[in-house]
Amino acid sequence: MSPTDPAAPATPGAGTPLLSVAGLRKSFGDHEVLRSIDLEVHRGQVVALIGPSGSGKTTVLRCLNGLETPDAGRVAVAPDLALDFGRPLRKRDRGALRDRSAMVFQHYNLFPHMTVLENVVEGPIRVQKRPRDVVVAEAERLLERVGLADKRDSHPFELSGGQAQRVGIVRALAMQPQVLLFDEPTSALDPELVGDVLTVIKELSDEGWTMVIVTHELAFAREVSDHVVFMDGGVVVESGPPAQVLGAPQQGRTQQFVRRLLNPF
Amino acid sequence: MDWDLVRSSLWPIVRGALTGTIPLSLASFALGLAIALVVALMRLSRIGLVSWVARVYVSLIRGTPLLVQLFVIFYGLPSVGITIDPWPSAILAFSLNVGGYAAEVIRAAIQSVPRGQWEAAHMIGMSHGLALRRVILPQAARVSVPPLSNTFISLVKDTSLASLILVTELFREAQQIAAFSQQFMTLYLEAAVVYWVVCLVLSSCQSVLERRLDRYVAH
Ligand SMILES: Nc1ncnc2c1ncn2[C@@H]1O[C@H](COP(=O)(O)OP(=O)(O)OP(=O)(O)O)[C@@H](O)[C@H]1O
Ligand SMILES: [Mg+2]
Repeated sequence: MSPTDPAAPATPGAGTPLLSVAGLRKSFGDHEVLRSIDLEVHRGQVVALIGPSGSGKTTVLRCLNGLETPDAGRVAVAPDLALDFGRPLRKRDRGALRDRSAMVFQHYNLFPHMTVLENVVEGPIRVQKRPRDVVVAEAERLLERVGLADKRDSHPFELSGGQAQRVGIVRALAMQPQVLLFDEPTSALDPELVGDVLTVIKELSDEGWTMVIVTHELAFAREVSDHVVFMDGGVVVESGPPAQVLGAPQQGRTQQFVRRLLNPF
Repeated sequence: MDWDLVRSSLWPIVRGALTGTIPLSLASFALGLAIALVVALMRLSRIGLVSWVARVYVSLIRGTPLLVQLFVIFYGLPSVGITIDPWPSAILAFSLNVGGYAAEVIRAAIQSVPRGQWEAAHMIGMSHGLALRRVILPQAARVSVPPLSNTFISLVKDTSLASLILVTELFREAQQIAAFSQQFMTLYLEAAVVYWVVCLVLSSCQSVLERRLDRYVAH
């Protein structure tokens, strides 16, 4: 379980970014949800996306995974994908975007009619057309890695939330993406199950995976991320190293948000 | 009750079920489901015209009597130069009819699958068609078994109408023996019992199927 190019030195912040987003805009009707988002993620970097409810965090991730088509802006994934959403999007481009990123959903979205193993191998086998035996061996290794080897033949309804989300993570990893996208991966979990999932994500970051994580767990964001982006009202209000954005925020809105999350009462 | 007549007429009536009613129902239902799937997908299409055509079709089928549909095909079409034999006419009419009713069932079932399932399918790179086939339809199938079973059971009974276009099936056998023996009550009650038994068997098949499809889903 290591990123696509383990040989590449993970030197966050140096060189060309692996993922760069510029001027991303998205409206639903007359509701302008993203008003021009810029974002850079370097290889091996973990970016935490934080912000109040409705600020557009999920929409950013969905645009990066091709689940939503932005109205304007550019998304590039090094070395060879550069999309300009000002022009009509071709199917092939959307496919290419999906190929490079994989998403872990807030509510897992596992396929209920398939076993855990089938959930994991479906994409690699049916879509990527990789050989079945290789994919299955890889999937078993990944399941083992997150402590779910014995759940291989279970169905999603037999899993706890924490187990289901770890399967969600393994399903994303099995696609061998360049960037992992997490949308509040622990917010649907009972508090005692959050730890297992966060541990897995922390390990992935230690292994050098490139990740964008939407989260409300500020302590976790502080520990795991290299860069924190605070969004509000469809714009990036403030971004920088976690110690700065979470510890000593410059902007009033960030200060307010961080204070409220740290002392809810 | 003339029990000798009941006994001697039982086989022709059961044979009518085995060689008429049941194959007619199965063929019409299979074809009807195929039509229904296409119509349901057309109905869900983002292209206005396609969806409109499907809506009109469903409305026509549901808004006109099956008997009229059957007669238009068998007795009406010959006057515009299209003559179809009794069996194909019956299968055509019944499958078009099932297509209209089942289309709405399938459409509702597809729409009942949570949006997150589409998104997860797209996330792993599936095209619309592959997502439909591998992720959405298997889940929609589970939801649509009870209502589709009801459609099938109604169809089995409705195939008695085919006797009116000269298809030899359960009811026509009973009718012919009744006309010959003049024992209308006996023969029509006997036919009713045979229909009832067939439908009882189908209902139990339905529960088995439902239990099997339900296994992997939390309640
Ligand atoms: N498909 C859609 N159609 C219409 N409005 C949408 C759609 N998706 C999102 N929105 C709106 O866009 C805004 C931003 O949504 P988004 O889910 O990106 O916010 P978020 O930052 O992830 O919030 P949360 O923390 O609650 O998850 C919200 O006001 C939401 O209602
Ligand atoms: Mg969200």
